[in-house]
Amino acid sequence: MASLVVAEHDNKTLKDATAKTVTAAAQVGTPVHVLVAGRDCGPAAEAAAKLAGVEKVLVADDALYERMLAEPMESLILSLAGNYDAILAPATTNGKNFMPRVAAKLDVPQISEILAVEAPDIFRRPIYAGNAIQAVKAELAKKVITVRATAFKAGEPTGSAAIEKIAAAADPGMSKFAGEELSKSERPELTSAKVVISGGRGMQSGDNFHLLDKIADKLGAAVGASRAAVDAGFVPNDYQVGQTGKVVAPELYIAVGISGAIQHLAGMKDSKVIVAINKDEEAPIFQVADYGLVADLFKAVPELDEELTKQGY
Amino acid sequence: MKVLVPVKRVIDYNVKVRVKSDQTGVDLANVKMSMNPFDEIAVEEAIRLKEQGKATEIVAVSIGPAQAGETIRTALAMGADRGILVKAEGEVEPLAVAKILKAICEAEQPGLVILGKQAIDDDCNQTGQMLAALLGWPQGTFANKVEFGEGMLKVKREIDGGLQTVEIKLPAIVTTDLRLNEPRYASLPNIMKAKKKPIDEKTPGDYGVDVAPRLKVLKVTEPAKRQAGVKVKTVAELVDKLKNEAGVI
Repeated sequence: MASLVVAEHDNKTLKDATAKTVTAAAQVGTPVHVLVAGRDCGPAAEAAAKLAGVEKVLVADDALYERMLAEPMESLILSLAGNYDAILAPATTNGKNFMPRVAAKLDVPQISEILAVEAPDIFRRPIYAGNAIQAVKAELAKKVITVRATAFKAGEPTGSAAIEKIAAAADPGMSKFAGEELSKSERPELTSAKVVISGGRGMQSGDNFHLLDKIADKLGAAVGASRAAVDAGFVPNDYQVGQTGKVVAPELYIAVGISGAIQHLAGMKDSKVIVAINKDEEAPIFQVADYGLVADLFKAVPELDEELTKQGY
Repeated sequence: MKVLVPVKRVIDYNVKVRVKSDQTGVDLANVKMSMNPFDEIAVEEAIRLKEQGKATEIVAVSIGPAQAGETIRTALAMGADRGILVKAEGEVEPLAVAKILKAICEAEQPGLVILGKQAIDDDCNQTGQMLAALLGWPQGTFANKVEFGEGMLKVKREIDGGLQTVEIKLPAIVTTDLRLNEPRYASLPNIMKAKKKPIDEKTPGDYGVDVAPRLKVLKVTEPAKRQAGVKVKTVAELVDKLKNEAGVI
């Protein structure tokens, strides 16, 4: 019952979501192999080889895979699919992009964003923005699965899997990369940060997000936002935490000026500790917060910054 | 160029869903239903393409119960030209939907299919990509901006790290993200006009597609509830709790 995990990486580094997906894959079927498709992706492949529970790492190093576009990824994964009973990828924008293509070509439904593996063919997944959890049984010849990485723990990097180079598959020649605008940040990534501080409509402007930046720098946190703040143009789209944005589950989530719409809660309610700072006492965010502070954020956040400084952060 | 826009009838996004006590699903009885919000964005984008002279005809398709005809009417009132209703009761999985849409694409020969990136009921995020694969077409998913070039589309996509632009050959599939556009409201005259626009009625059998679910839903439950915690009075108290009680900073 072999499983193939399609790695999430940026050629140089392997994303944490890959390790977590390996954990899920090991519960579906072993041995677990990892496919690293990229360009000059040796460092990512080496990192994958160190993941506990990985038997083999397949590396497809070709210009075709530099940006992991859906069409070439589909043909590459299909060329390997015969050897596996399950194919898994993290439910990142990459995994969500190419995995359904693979499923359709294999004529099987995809099981999206699993939260738990109850048995090798029974999975739990969120529906209705996480307001209901569905348990599904997949009696299928092949299982194509995307994994909500925050629901699984990463194993220790104690492995030493073999790395095998594989040839590129045919180029479908339908699509090409034409540029990107990536948010530059020295801070940790939203989905793997231990602390996340997010701002909502209450921030009133993009400039005011620097208030959160200061706290983030002190706590080593990533900065996120609600959909309202992104729609208002305060911050770029990749800041968005919520059902249709990023799902995070840090040790500490600080929601500042966020009312707590269902769609936002779906993206952060699995955080270990939630702090809400909002001047509206009735805001729904307080119903999920472990610690709530009813206060004007423009007063409370600078105070928090001072207090942290005082405490040596 | 003809544009095909599939639209799904789902629980209105403002409705708080309730899980049925017998754990068979969520309660859909007497609940307000609407067009999937991402599909509204897809319809709007198609209409804008028509207004720019890029699209000649917009065909709205829905697969679902008879009432999905109302969802098509909404698309027609916004500005789509005609509809195709494929009547199917019960849950139709994305793969079956994609197979039906493939057959419709073969009959209608659209140059572009615009779909919502995901439906807010099953949250699958699959149909557009599956349709693209079945047709052997390229895709521009999670679109933030769509521009036409010579025989191709430039699609700016919302990705985890920011934005990515891809060039894809036509015919192609586009799936919409939130910030592609802001859908219009249908005006009363347009709602009246939409009543006269034609809707073709079909069945999955007409397209030779079996819509029986392949995944078996064992149960649907409520997620674990989070208990509301305590209110702190001052920032100093908050920092103290985070440090000494929760131990997270």
